[in-house]
Parts: sequence; structure tokens; C-alpha cells
Amino acid sequence: MKVTRRDLLAGAACAVALGATAQAQTSPAADPSKVRGKPPRATGQRAAGEKVQRLVRGATSSGTPHQDLMGIITPSDLHFERHHGGVPEIDPAHYSLVIHGMVDRPMVFTLADLKRFPSVSRIHFLECSGNLGRTAGPETTPGQLAGLTSTSEWTGVPLATLLKEAGVQAKAKWLLAEGTDAAVLTRSVPIEKALDDAIVAYGQNGEPIRPEQGYPARLFLPGWEGNASVKWLRRIEVSDQPFMTREETSKYTEPFANGTSRMFSFRMDARSLITYPGFPVTLTPGWVEINGIAWTGAGKIARVDVSTDGGKTWTAAKLQEPVLSMAHTRFRHLWNWTGGEAVIMSRAVDETGYMQPTRAELLTQRGPGTTGYHLNPVTGWVVQAGGKVIYKEEAWG
Amino acid sequence: MTRTRFTSGCAALLVVSMAGVALAQGPARFGIGRPATPQEIAAIDIDIMPDGKALPAGRGTSAEGAAIYATKCAQCHGKTGTEGPNDILVGREPRTGFPFSQDPKLPHTIGNYWPYATTVFDYVRRAMPPTAPGSLTDNEVYALTAFLLNANELIAADAVMDSTTLAAVKMPAREHFVPDTRTQMPRKPRK
Repeated sequence: MKVTRRDLLAGAACAVALGATAQAQTSPAADPSKVRGKPPRATGQRAAGEKVQRLVRGATSSGTPHQDLMGIITPSDLHFERHHGGVPEIDPAHYSLVIHGMVDRPMVFTLADLKRFPSVSRIHFLECSGNLGRTAGPETTPGQLAGLTSTSEWTGVPLATLLKEAGVQAKAKWLLAEGTDAAVLTRSVPIEKALDDAIVAYGQNGEPIRPEQGYPARLFLPGWEGNASVKWLRRIEVSDQPFMTREETSKYTEPFANGTSRMFSFRMDARSLITYPGFPVTLTPGWVEINGIAWTGAGKIARVDVSTDGGKTWTAAKLQEPVLSMAHTRFRHLWNWTGGEAVIMSRAVDETGYMQPTRAELLTQRGPGTTGYHLNPVTGWVVQAGGKVIYKEEAWG
Repeated sequence: MTRTRFTSGCAALLVVSMAGVALAQGPARFGIGRPATPQEIAAIDIDIMPDGKALPAGRGTSAEGAAIYATKCAQCHGKTGTEGPNDILVGREPRTGFPFSQDPKLPHTIGNYWPYATTVFDYVRRAMPPTAPGSLTDNEVYALTAFLLNANELIAADAVMDSTTLAAVKMPAREHFVPDTRTQMPRKPRK
């Protein structure tokens, strides 16, 4: 078909008229097929009625509303945030990453430099190590209980590539990662992880990383506690020993019942969370697709068991393929709820054979006074006889 | 095709495929980025090692630190470091056995939980006070560190903290910290 200039002009005039009509409309029409729709716009928005939001807790964190989400990818604007000095505003034109210490060639990389290196994209969860509402009441949503885990596709340059560029010396064993936020947050990372699968990431779900997640570039350590994946990364210092920063000594350590405190406990162990049904859902009798997410820092989720009788019997749930390593995995289990009170629970097993522990098992190891880090107990929901779903409250200690 | 031609053809193929592997792995170095100058490293290299390495020149005493603490720290940490509302900084634990796992009410203070005194200097200098992070002079940080260590009964009231004396302070909690015994790396080789 040949399109003439006259056709284009007529079309443009028509579009203006249609746009005016669409803009005049304020609420959904009873029959949308009888009203011309809206024109294109530069950036998309959620449907007007979808009020999905993060749950903001104080000045330092906000959680992903798992009860409102599906699949495994967390929309970037709903990815949890946790910071220790607020979210910095960084001019990407003035951003740089310095690598020094036990290297042959101390280097500076601009953001453009980082993007010039060969890149990788990987889908991984990121979880804050303090991701359990230990004393949650019955009116606790899935997001309130475990909102500090999210999954994104992260794009960046392997840290190994940058370390090769700087020439890491043979005696190097650790590195310090430092952010350029007001906390100038620092964590020590073993060189083995840095050379294995660590990424300096600048992309999240296809676009530049959001400010809350470390714009313009962050460290990303797959499967490890979120705090170690230092955001707003400005400096990496290579060393032969750990740096014993405040975050890895006075914080992010776990007292055990044997009178020790565990440090450098990086890996996030397997956990699962039923995201539907949970509070504030009310069920009606009939078929219910129980579903949720499971994840492990040790690799892939091998199995998720679901119980609808308070843990007396368990059935393997269906796992949504593809099951990705160190990523949220969606599980589903069909259940015919015929009325009457029921307790639904889930437990994850990872590819190493590790099974998500019960709260009692964790308490025995860790004790009631332990910190809130690395707590991954089996949790459940009570479906009351009338269909109201509440969190299965359990005392900590 | 003769056997000879077949063999040489295979050899040629092998050479081509090896070159492909080398190309896929990339060069040893890409030549991207530029060398960092000593000056620009020094400008941001502020971390202190647990053995005291990189502690700067300067000094401070508990008495000097008390005055700074009252104006810049007490608002969040309490008049004596025990009141809060933010982290409780002062307090020793008389019980033996490091009972943190059994006592939910036991605060993690500098005196009873922090394993390295150098971390106090490092953290206060980089991040405190939250209203003006990184604004304290090295002498002020030494003085505040002296004040906090003295309040925790770890150094004498008249002790001077500097790069030598601070590195020598032994923290009672240190022996209780143990590295993670879980396997840190993925337990199966990554594909």
C-alpha cells in the first residue's frame, strides 16, 4: 500500500481528534468496546485500579508485596529496598569504580567503561538476611512476613573480568566492597566468590538499576545475603584478610546456643513462602490453587512440599519450569477446600538435599535471643472455618 | 578424498575451532578503564584493618570524646550510651558463656559484642553522625573511640588513643566469633 503525505496529514488530524476524545473520558465506560481507547504514551502505567505497593517500614526498608504478585520476576518498582544511610542520588556521568590493593594495576572504571566489557544477564533472587517477621501477629500478609526477597534479571560485567583487568595478585584472599551512600557501607567478600559468579551489575529487568537497588552500579553476589551485595559501588580493595567492618561484626552475625556467634554467614538457605492464600484473603469452599515461591542460595530448588493438615502429611507441589539456580521458583498445589479449619504450610528442599527447617529446629540451634538474620523456618496460614485466612502465629522462644 | 587430505583437513578444522574458543573467552585484558592515581585512591581509601593498618595520625582521650559525644551522639544513643533510642553502645556482660542466644533482652554493645576496637574508629569516621556523615576529624574520631572504649571499661579513663594504642586494644567478645561452617560456595559445580 502506498501512503501519501496527504494520508499522513489526515491521519494525524484524526489522531488529535481521537486523543481529545480519549482524554476527556475519566472513568471506565460500561462497554469499553463502544469508546475509542487511549493514545500511546511514552511510559506505561499499571491499570488504574491496581494499587500494588511496597510496604514501607521506617526509614530503612520497604518490602515486596508477594501477595499481589505472580510468576518469579519482581517488577523493579516493587523490588524490596534496605539501606543504611538513605538512597543516594548519583550522577552517572561522575560515577566511577576504583579497584586497588593487592593488584598489579590499580584501575578506575567509569560507567561507560563497565558497559563496554562483555556482559552477562542472570535471573537471581536477592534477599536481606533479616527477612522474617519473628513476632508476626495473625493479620500479617506474605509481604510483611518475608517481603525482603525479590527476583530480577541482573545485567552487568563479571567481577572476575574487572579483577583480571587489574591483575589480582596470587596472595589475595578477600576484597572490600564499598558503597558511596551516606553509610559508605563496606563488606568483605572472599576472592573465590568474586572470581566465581559475582557481577558488577548496572541493569535490572532490562533497564538501568533503580536508585533503591544501587544505581548506577552495584555488586551482586548470587545466593548470598543482600547486605554483602554492596550497592552504589565506588571502591573495591583487594587484600589477604577480611576487613572486619561494622556490618560483618556487630551486625549480620548470628549468636548460637553453644555460646558462639557466626560471622561471614553469606549463603541464604532454602526457604518457601505460600503467597496465596494468605492474609487478608477470604476463601469460599471449592478448588484452591495454593501457590507461592521457594528459593535457595545453594543452587536450584529440588522440591516443595505442601501440607493442608498442619504438617501431618505433605505432598510435592508442582514447580513452574524453568527452575533457575538461585532464583525464586513458583510452586503450585491444587487443593479442594471443603470448609472447616485447616492449616496450610510449605517446605522447600534444595538440590543439595537441604530441607527448610522448622521453627523449633532453628530455635534449638540458635536460641530465643539470637539475631534476626538467616531465619528461614517453615511458616503457615490458618484457613478458618468461615474462610478467613490468617497467619499461623508462632512464638519465638 | 585420500587419508592424508582428510587428516590435514581435520587439523585445519581443529586450528579454526581452537581460535574460536580463544576468541569466545576474550583477551587476557581488554584495555578498558584507566590506571588509578595514588591521589585518587587515597581520597577514598578510608578503611581501617583489624590489626590497625591504615589508622591515621592523630590522638584523642575519653575526656575530649565526652564533650563531642554530648553534642553529636547523645541525641540518638542516650546520655551515657545505654539509653537509646538507637543502638545501645555501652555495657559489659558479667555472665560467662556469651549468653546472647539465650537472652533476647541483652543489647549488643561495643563492650560485650564488638570483636575489634578498630571497627569503632572505622565506622564512626565513615558514617557518623547520620546528619553529617564523614564530618568528624581524625582527632575527634580518636577521642570518641576513647570515650566509648572507656565507658565500656576496656581502657583506662586517662588512656590516649592513637594508631598504636587503639590497635592494641583487645575486645572480650573476639574469641566468641567463629566463621561459618556451612559450605560457602555452591555445593555443585556450576554449569
